[in-house]
Amino acid sequence: MKTIHVTATVNGDTVEYLCDPRETLLDVLRDRLNLTGAKEGCGTGDCGACSVTVDGRLVCSCLILGVEAEGKTITTVEGMADGETLHPLQKKFIEYAALQCGICTPGILVAAKSLLEKNPDPTETEVRYWLAGNLCRCTGYDKIIRAVLDTAADMREAS
Amino acid sequence: MQYHSPNTFEDAAALAVAAAGVTRFLAGGTDVLVQLRADIITPDTVIDIKNIPGVRDITRHDDGSWTLGVATSGAEMREHVELGLDWPGVVEAMDLIGSTQVQGRATLVGNLCNGSPAADSVPAMVTAGVEFSVTNSEGTRRVAVMDIPAGPGRTHLAQGDVISAVHIPARGARGGDAYLRFIPRTEMDIAVVGCAINLALDAAGVITQASVSLGAVAPTVLRLDEAAEALIGCTLDEATLDKLATAASAACNPISDKRGTIEFRTHVAGVLAKRTAKIAYARAQGVTK
Amino acid sequence: MALDDHKTTGFKFIGTRPDRPDGLDKVTGRALFGADAQAPGMLHGAIVRSPHAHARILRIDTTAAEALEGVKAVVTRADFATGLSGEFGFVLENVMAGDRALYDGHAVAAVAASSALIARDAAKLVQVDYEILPHVTDVDAAMVDDAPVLNDTYADATVPAGLHPNVVRYHESGHGDVEAGFAAADLIVEDSFKTEATHQGYIEPHACLATLGADGKGELWCTTQGHWIAQKTCAALVGIDTSQLRVTASEIGGGFGGKTTVFIEPVALALSRKANRPVKIVMNRSEVFRATGPTSSTSMDVKIGMMKDGTITAAQGVFRLQGGAFPGAPMEFSAMCAFAPYNLENVKQVGYDVISNRPKQAAYRAPGAPMASFAVESVIDDLCKQLGLDPIDTRLKNAAREGTKASYGPRFQRIGLVETLEAAKAHPHYTAPLKPGQGRGVSCGFWFNHGGETSVSLALSEDGTCQISVGTPDIGGSRASMALMAAEVLGIAYENFRVTVADTATLGYNDVSHGSRVTYASGLATIKAAQDAVAKLCKRAAAKWGIPEDAVYWEDGFAKPSGANAGNFDPIPLAEITKDMGSTGGPISGHFEATPEGAGVSFGTHIVDAEVDPETGKTAVVRYTVIQDAGKAIHPTYVEGQFQGGAAQGIGWALNEEYVYGEDGRLQNSIFLDYRVPVASDLPMIDTVIVEVPNPGHPYGVRGVGETGIVPPLAAIANAVSAAAGVRLRHLPMSPPRILRALRAQASEG
Repeated sequence: MKTIHVTATVNGDTVEYLCDPRETLLDVLRDRLNLTGAKEGCGTGDCGACSVTVDGRLVCSCLILGVEAEGKTITTVEGMADGETLHPLQKKFIEYAALQCGICTPGILVAAKSLLEKNPDPTETEVRYWLAGNLCRCTGYDKIIRAVLDTAADMREAS
Repeated sequence: MQYHSPNTFEDAAALAVAAAGVTRFLAGGTDVLVQLRADIITPDTVIDIKNIPGVRDITRHDDGSWTLGVATSGAEMREHVELGLDWPGVVEAMDLIGSTQVQGRATLVGNLCNGSPAADSVPAMVTAGVEFSVTNSEGTRRVAVMDIPAGPGRTHLAQGDVISAVHIPARGARGGDAYLRFIPRTEMDIAVVGCAINLALDAAGVITQASVSLGAVAPTVLRLDEAAEALIGCTLDEATLDKLATAASAACNPISDKRGTIEFRTHVAGVLAKRTAKIAYARAQGVTK
Repeated sequence: MALDDHKTTGFKFIGTRPDRPDGLDKVTGRALFGADAQAPGMLHGAIVRSPHAHARILRIDTTAAEALEGVKAVVTRADFATGLSGEFGFVLENVMAGDRALYDGHAVAAVAASSALIARDAAKLVQVDYEILPHVTDVDAAMVDDAPVLNDTYADATVPAGLHPNVVRYHESGHGDVEAGFAAADLIVEDSFKTEATHQGYIEPHACLATLGADGKGELWCTTQGHWIAQKTCAALVGIDTSQLRVTASEIGGGFGGKTTVFIEPVALALSRKANRPVKIVMNRSEVFRATGPTSSTSMDVKIGMMKDGTITAAQGVFRLQGGAFPGAPMEFSAMCAFAPYNLENVKQVGYDVISNRPKQAAYRAPGAPMASFAVESVIDDLCKQLGLDPIDTRLKNAAREGTKASYGPRFQRIGLVETLEAAKAHPHYTAPLKPGQGRGVSCGFWFNHGGETSVSLALSEDGTCQISVGTPDIGGSRASMALMAAEVLGIAYENFRVTVADTATLGYNDVSHGSRVTYASGLATIKAAQDAVAKLCKRAAAKWGIPEDAVYWEDGFAKPSGANAGNFDPIPLAEITKDMGSTGGPISGHFEATPEGAGVSFGTHIVDAEVDPETGKTAVVRYTVIQDAGKAIHPTYVEGQFQGGAAQGIGWALNEEYVYGEDGRLQNSIFLDYRVPVASDLPMIDTVIVEVPNPGHPYGVRGVGETGIVPPLAAIANAVSAAAGVRLRHLPMSPPRILRALRAQASEG
């Protein structure tokens, strides 16, 4: 099988890898770059557990080929904290118990961060629809939605 | 699987002609990758058209018409304020597809070429009168939306045909379009029924032009010319709406499947037609956006 | 030593809401779930699955697959143990088919290769010749005389003569004389109900990494609710000694009962043994739906008689559960839970366990109870409507209390059903005005809760901190709860604890994290282990002071002399004792192993408002309140989370989730696109009320809370939808086509 050489920026670092054209960006992140924070819950873009941003745009990494990442800038959950300082969403998710099993958490955090960057003052409905592609089976979403709304309020106050 | 990333549509078309086996053009990839992953279709050749210059441009021409690059994502369409003011129905139809994440990638052209009878953006493109530039080795021609779908999973495009641009007509005065679909949840589902309506009014609020289209109720998208005809010359009174609903239900030729029954789809097509018409009419009147 | 063995008030740590110990790992992406492990030299496995609902396997040709470059091993049933019987036999048949494929998705072979892509390619090259056999997937259809026979040896001695061989178990229980009870009723409502199969829907697919050598020693990493059951099952299936297989539980990405058994784990072990390399297998979502634990689908008849004042005079139910191709559908739990909330003089319940060409059912949160509750509580709702009675008052009138003889036999100890009903009645939700098109429903629900085999080990460190090893995988924050309970006993702060889910080699047997047992049973064991350590701490203090052990007691983290007679000594803090423990008698640890049997039963009452679009049959849940007895909430935020999660899963089950099989017996909706679990925009905030009626069987009064929350929603939502739509819905899920059909049928009847 012929593999293709790809250069991309992941969480601020330049990375190079060889991949089979059939491999998804999620496969590459997990299996070639050892970034296992993004999860495969469905492989069909229906659960959002593999959410990352590519050139600032929120996407499912299971719906992008690894070879498509050439020249792109990718951010995953591993790039959310600044050293030992957690992103406010990460802190609030722990504080509010906005996670139970935690498998959906990386995707939801990446998606929520992307929302707050576009819309620092979302309504509950806006948060719910923005996160509709991130399935959580444990929480009933209640504490997740509250954590996102309250983080947004905190961040507005701080800025 | 071979992966190519050409820089021109001519090269893309030539690659497709030269390829053996199953070929897929890759724009957003939100259907191609699902099919690859699920072992439904593993292409022998994938031609990524996103590195062709201009494929994500949204351009408004002097005559008010629009050209969209074929890799323009739903999110980029939604973020374009003027496009949304002109063609809210097209934009909302595209916006309903999948999640925020899918919106970051999915395209009008992909939604069309995937060939699903339930594609959300297709009825809205039908009523808007969208045309496509199709490029092949002999040049580029214009093709109307209705002439592309051939049946579930199939199009009338030939191997070596690649869609190279999306053309949306000028909105014109006192016009409005809308798209509604029925899904069991609030998000993330495939349309059980989809309905698009595009209207133009005269100064008195009388409908002068109308186009009605249904998705997910037949093997391909339906354009309901008789239902549209019935709207012309009317304001949107209850009798007109009832006629529209009856015509919409009568036009249905659906199947029963995991997403809905024949009975359900037929009934809901009429319900949605009425609701969609009201939204399109209000938009044409300038009452709502 | 004086220790309050039972304590229900005056807590210092219990009831606080500290951050969970696994929080940082889970928000930064570094927590290791099933699919996140790798090993040097690792191969990737893929499973070949039957596309047929029922077929004889004539021949499996692996030649082409084996010839593919990168393929290192192919296994079929011949590579597993023989002669297994009972549940091990069923599990083996399920994880690798023998002479017949019994459902769409049934594993028939597996390959291991140097990459996941090669493994997938190789799986497609395995040639299987099938002879297609007649199939049946519906529970009622599987019971009729001419239904295809799946297996004529599965029926056990409980099954009455004359039933179809697909009926493999039978249950009957109750007391009193139901016929006499019905004769005394002013009104009898009798109705039939169906529910479709649903999946637990955990977001993490099954995944494992296995190593097994020719010496019969193995290592297994997997996502599981119980690694000891995985250990003994896998060992049996691949024919090695249990103790030679060490199993480590990964972080678990949801289970809800569906990860209480094994699927790919024995297969990975067999592949590893054959290839002599570690083998990782990760299911894709479609495999999860097609081949792992859905619930039973059901067909039920319920008949209840009531007096005009709301007193129930008799109740009877028949519960038929289809549990896939093997015995085990939890029909006795359906039967036993159905009427458990009520004090009934005359009650009778019957259950049928029916096999069909579907995947082997697995436990799902209060297995069997939600469906039965749907049928029973719908009938009670109809009785209340017809008699003009308030649904909560009527339930209060009939509610089970301490001393009530339960419908399933025993007498209840102290229980909290009445308290949940009274809290529901007092809640502002119950009297809030409804908008046009909306309806309100209530329902009660019951679950037994479980104790189970449990081992906990606790070790103090020289610096006065403490590590706790538990054997129950943490599926909802239980490590935090264990630390809180140990903190309460030892009297040192929560932050001093590290709780680890130990592997099978470092702790005694532990039953699965199921049955709402973890906070109860591992919690009880943690308390007892901490008390064991406290006794040893007191002994060291006594030795230092030169006084008898029983003259020392433990309070707030200090050993203290028990009174003036004991002597006048300054209290010694824990850290001072542990600092010198090496020279005062050695390490100080605490242990507890037992099978606690005092899991207090649990009741809940839910209130829900639903809005139905009469033109399309689409339902929106607009308000939801969960009220449930937790006995004692150790970490109240996590208790709320269990309530909310149970309600959300119940909403999905009630409205849109279902397994859809085609005429060909194939599953039609094996991806999340068409298996419709609730998304964030589908749900309202879910309000919770924690009622605390202490469980006498736990030192701090804990009752498990995980499962009861999914019992009331099906009926509560059905009652709300029926009120909103003006027509009774008897078939779940109440998808828009079903509601619209009911509305139009009613309209055409005039």
